Amino acid sequence: MRLSKAWIIAARDFKIFRRVKNVWYSIIIFPVVVSVLFPAILEYLTIRGNHGLAAPSVLPNLLTSFSFFLVIGAAYVPLGIASYSIVGEKVEKSLEPLLATPLTDGEILLGKAISAVIPTLVAMYTAAVVFMVGIDAATFNTLGYYYFPNWNIATLLLVLMPVAIVMSVLFSVIVSSRVNDVRSANSFGIFILFPLLGIYLLSETSIITLDVNTLLIISGILLAIDVVLFFVSTKTFRREEILTKWK
Amino acid sequence: MDLTKKFGTLTAVDNLTLHVNDGEIFGLLGPNGAGKTTTVRMLCCLISKTSGSGKIGNYDIGNKEDSLKIRKIIGLVSDNVGLSENLTAYDNLDFFAKIYDCPQTQRKQNIQRFLEMLGLWEKRNVLAGTFSKGMKQKLAIARALIHEPQVIFMDEPTANLDPEASKTVRDFILQLKKEKKTIFLNTHNLDEAQRICDKVAIMNTRLRAIGTPQELERSVSGRKTVIGLEQEANDVVLRALNKLALKNLVSEGNTITFDVEDPDKENSPVVEAIVQAGGHVRSINVVGSTLEDTYLKLVRK
Repeated sequence: MRLSKAWIIAARDFKIFRRVKNVWYSIIIFPVVVSVLFPAILEYLTIRGNHGLAAPSVLPNLLTSFSFFLVIGAAYVPLGIASYSIVGEKVEKSLEPLLATPLTDGEILLGKAISAVIPTLVAMYTAAVVFMVGIDAATFNTLGYYYFPNWNIATLLLVLMPVAIVMSVLFSVIVSSRVNDVRSANSFGIFILFPLLGIYLLSETSIITLDVNTLLIISGILLAIDVVLFFVSTKTFRREEILTKWK
Repeated sequence: MDLTKKFGTLTAVDNLTLHVNDGEIFGLLGPNGAGKTTTVRMLCCLISKTSGSGKIGNYDIGNKEDSLKIRKIIGLVSDNVGLSENLTAYDNLDFFAKIYDCPQTQRKQNIQRFLEMLGLWEKRNVLAGTFSKGMKQKLAIARALIHEPQVIFMDEPTANLDPEASKTVRDFILQLKKEKKTIFLNTHNLDEAQRICDKVAIMNTRLRAIGTPQELERSVSGRKTVIGLEQEANDVVLRALNKLALKNLVSEGNTITFDVEDPDKENSPVVEAIVQAGGHVRSINVVGSTLEDTYLKLVRK
């Protein structure tokens, strides 16, 4: 598999994305909400001195839960991008000429994955920096120290977030093979967020604590899911399947 | 050779055997669902064959390693133009040229050359999605040629085009022939096949006939010579004609009709016989079955 070929596809997709509003919405809305809204809520709570919700004793747990939304966002953002990237080609019927070139199926799939992963990482890492700065600014007076960065957020951003993004992209590839429009692809793609929302609820109800060990275990489970999805998606993304069986 | 493709219980292509020479325009004719697109897809290594064999150049379509090499030396204009509508005409071509590893200088030259040849250079920075059908089709053709392939597959390249755009595409195909390109043309436009193809095959899942358009015209019902006489043919003239053992000789009023295979050779002895028998020839016409007659007869079999 030649990475240079996959990169040509990704670079072409980036050019296309610049002109597609829905892709921009996917890239911008959720990261902005997470990075701006959550610090603003905390700022509001601490200014009001509402120590019931933002007391120094409960604040770290709240911040850990909030930061998990960065992972949920990271899984949500590529749904829109990957769906457009693949279903968009289906709608324009531009996959057949691409499949007639000397590219392997794996190179095309990798190119599509790169074109969804890179904008998501850029958007979510930017959001994470804004989020951490905002949270630190909002909570410094209450906590007496800067909560971020810490090992938790490092694990979350550097380990869990990439595997969550890959999971979302691979799931999008599978969904895209079965639907004919971007909206349907997005709607079905949302199902991949359910496990992550479940983890968030478990942490909110204190059934699990999102410490470094737990985050690594979750990352391991998602990695295993990634492996399964990878095999299913490569089976789905075969040129003969695409040309004869994709709806 | 004996190329076959089955989708479950459905046989899309059944034991198809074809040979296309270098530098030839080969037309594959057949109704919708005849297996033309499936044939092209197998030859372009887009889908696998169920049985049989096929070669493009020296490469085997059934061999996985060869399939990448085949895709390097071919260009495909599929039945759907399949352009990236949110890219400009230039970017559409630039992307494919990069995929084929065209060096930067050659890439720029080829993009300009093909866009100019097809009258799209002025529109190079316009989004492909805003193009008319004809312009999109021309751009799809340019895309298939950007890496200068030796073999070009075209699946219904003039379908849905207006007459002027169709003519531009046909002229361009003839221009490619002058450049010694081999062109495999899928079409159900018989007039187009007759005008530009060196050889045509008619298929309807199975191969029904193959040959030059002229050979196919003759193959089914052949041609007829119709001789107009000044007066109705008398017994002397008819006896003279019977001696020539003409096929399906019919005399009706002032007209004599018979089957003919090679009018240039066969007509003059007939005229001579009529004149020697005292007849006066007013006109001679050769009428033949058209490619359309042949096609309809064969695909309905």
